[in-house]
Amino acid sequence: MQYKSQAVAMPYFIAAIALFVAQILFGLIMGLQYVMGDFLFPTIPFNVARMVHTNALIVWLLMGFMGAAYYLIPEEAETELFSPKLAIALFWIFLVAAGLTVVGYLMVPYATLAKMTGNDLLPTMGREFLEQPLITKLGIVVVALAFLFNISMTVLKGRKTSIATVLLIGLWGLAIFFLFSFYNPHNVVRDKFYWWWVVHLWVEGVWELILGAILAFVLIKVTGVDREVIEKWLYVIVTLTLISGILGTGHHYYWIGTPESWQLIGSIFSALEPIPFFGMTLFAFNMVNRRRREHPNKAATLWALGTGVMAFLGAGVWGFLHTLSPVNYYTHGTQITAAHGHMAFYGAYVMAVLTIISYAMPIIRGRAANSNKAQVVEMWAFWLMTISITFITLFLTGAGILQVWLQRVSDSPMPFMVAQDQIALFYWMREWAGVFFLIGLITYIWSFFIPGEEKAKA
Amino acid sequence: MTGTHGASHSSGHKLHHYPPGDLAIWVFILAELFAFFVLFNAYAFTRLKHLELFNEMQLTLDANAGMINTLLLITGSWCVARAIAAIKANHCRHSAHWLLVAIGTGVGFLIVKYFEYGAKFSLGINLDTNLFYTFYIALTMFHAMHVVLGMTILAFVWKKAMAGGYSAHDHHGMETGASYWHMVDLVWIILFPLIYVMR
Repeated sequence: MQYKSQAVAMPYFIAAIALFVAQILFGLIMGLQYVMGDFLFPTIPFNVARMVHTNALIVWLLMGFMGAAYYLIPEEAETELFSPKLAIALFWIFLVAAGLTVVGYLMVPYATLAKMTGNDLLPTMGREFLEQPLITKLGIVVVALAFLFNISMTVLKGRKTSIATVLLIGLWGLAIFFLFSFYNPHNVVRDKFYWWWVVHLWVEGVWELILGAILAFVLIKVTGVDREVIEKWLYVIVTLTLISGILGTGHHYYWIGTPESWQLIGSIFSALEPIPFFGMTLFAFNMVNRRRREHPNKAATLWALGTGVMAFLGAGVWGFLHTLSPVNYYTHGTQITAAHGHMAFYGAYVMAVLTIISYAMPIIRGRAANSNKAQVVEMWAFWLMTISITFITLFLTGAGILQVWLQRVSDSPMPFMVAQDQIALFYWMREWAGVFFLIGLITYIWSFFIPGEEKAKA
Repeated sequence: MTGTHGASHSSGHKLHHYPPGDLAIWVFILAELFAFFVLFNAYAFTRLKHLELFNEMQLTLDANAGMINTLLLITGSWCVARAIAAIKANHCRHSAHWLLVAIGTGVGFLIVKYFEYGAKFSLGINLDTNLFYTFYIALTMFHAMHVVLGMTILAFVWKKAMAGGYSAHDHHGMETGASYWHMVDLVWIILFPLIYVMR
């Protein structure tokens, strides 16, 4: 580790992985509830399990991004972090706030929670992914601003690289678009319109910049390819991302009451969104092929390559599958969406965070790379989780196709719940794939406890 | 795309190289051309389905404004080609002046567009007036954004050229910027007849 303060990333990474486990457990619970409706009812109703599953994902990815920034920014800026103490304080504030929010979800009925936390002062709750109580949302803003202050000051006093710039733009964008979660107009169309400014412009906009920056950083480190080359391609990818992603928001506006022209704009620009992801895959493989050193951390390289491929498949291909408005007319809000959501989040963001953790954690723990045995176990975890998510995606796609057929296309369309019964087999298979995912995750955590180290070679 | 490289490189430096400029800009250009290709196809197929509407609406466009803009962009591309020729002869300041004129044609393009849009919007026309206008506004605005990006790139190149940052031996960066500008021009040369003229 070149700078002492990079070590503040460690608690962020650990908390991220802990929340990852929580996310998967709640995913398994609700996966089972799809086929056994009263499982754990009324202790954990489906809507609560879903809220915890998705919110835990978002929070742990944010934790991962922050950890990544704290690790990466000092090294890029070639200076210690502006304030390591602030970073640690923010970590605890964020963790406690996230914990209390989850406890709130689980202990009190949602409506009561809304009352208790002053939702009537400024109603922001009750919207998918933005369920957090007002105080939690305000907490997120405070933590985000203090975090941005900390890393921006670090960059300002140090070297300014393209990677740091792209990462900062991504993180600032993340904070700015989150502000739309406070905007809750009465008009439902407007509400949904701006709701996507958080949800879409995060995952199909600014988060991609964060992803690109993390990937570029790790690729420079593990391949030894010139920074100039890597940064140049990073710029190309980032520009393509913004050109396709911003107007691509339109693919969420087809059926919510917005003007019809969104069908054209949304279809075309979102259809182009796979291009930057494809670029990222080519970029990662090219850089690894042109490597000028053999980094002892093979696992990190595997994660980096995996991110490119899985992000392209999950976000790119599975996104394209239902992005054109004539197709989406049938598939909107079916299990096709769920299939895409699972592989896209895993491929793009989960894997990006695991890439930086895989690269940085051994170094923070004082070694160039983990022992060969630990790396082999980590690679097993990689394949277990990646193959499991692929099967989850395929089963959900199967479920989705059948659902669309039974519920929307056939001559005598079935009601929603009747169609759900017909696709139960797919839900069972998805649940089993989920169990294998959990085994992969446990294997992953196990790899951290295997001692020994691999020395850096020339 | 012609004009960014001379017929021969006599002075012994790098041999004739394709493509001119950085490979990265070409990946970017191809991605952009692909985006426009998709848009043009969508236009063409929609037009086939709504031939009458499109023919009728086309007459309401200001073809003169489109023509002036075509001339402006072609002139701009010529200026950029002159800039490359100048730098190959090692005239750095000279080259910078050509670039400035090219940026000027971009400014002119945007001014014409401003009045053209102004006239349409003042009639209450917007993206949802009808399918033709959805395409007209979406396509031309998307292209206009590329003009702005092209001008930004040229401005960076111009700034470096003013500081004497290029020479006959080292003008890779300028060729990169020039290639992008030519793409912006090329797209307009297809877009103009497609939307304003062809019936």
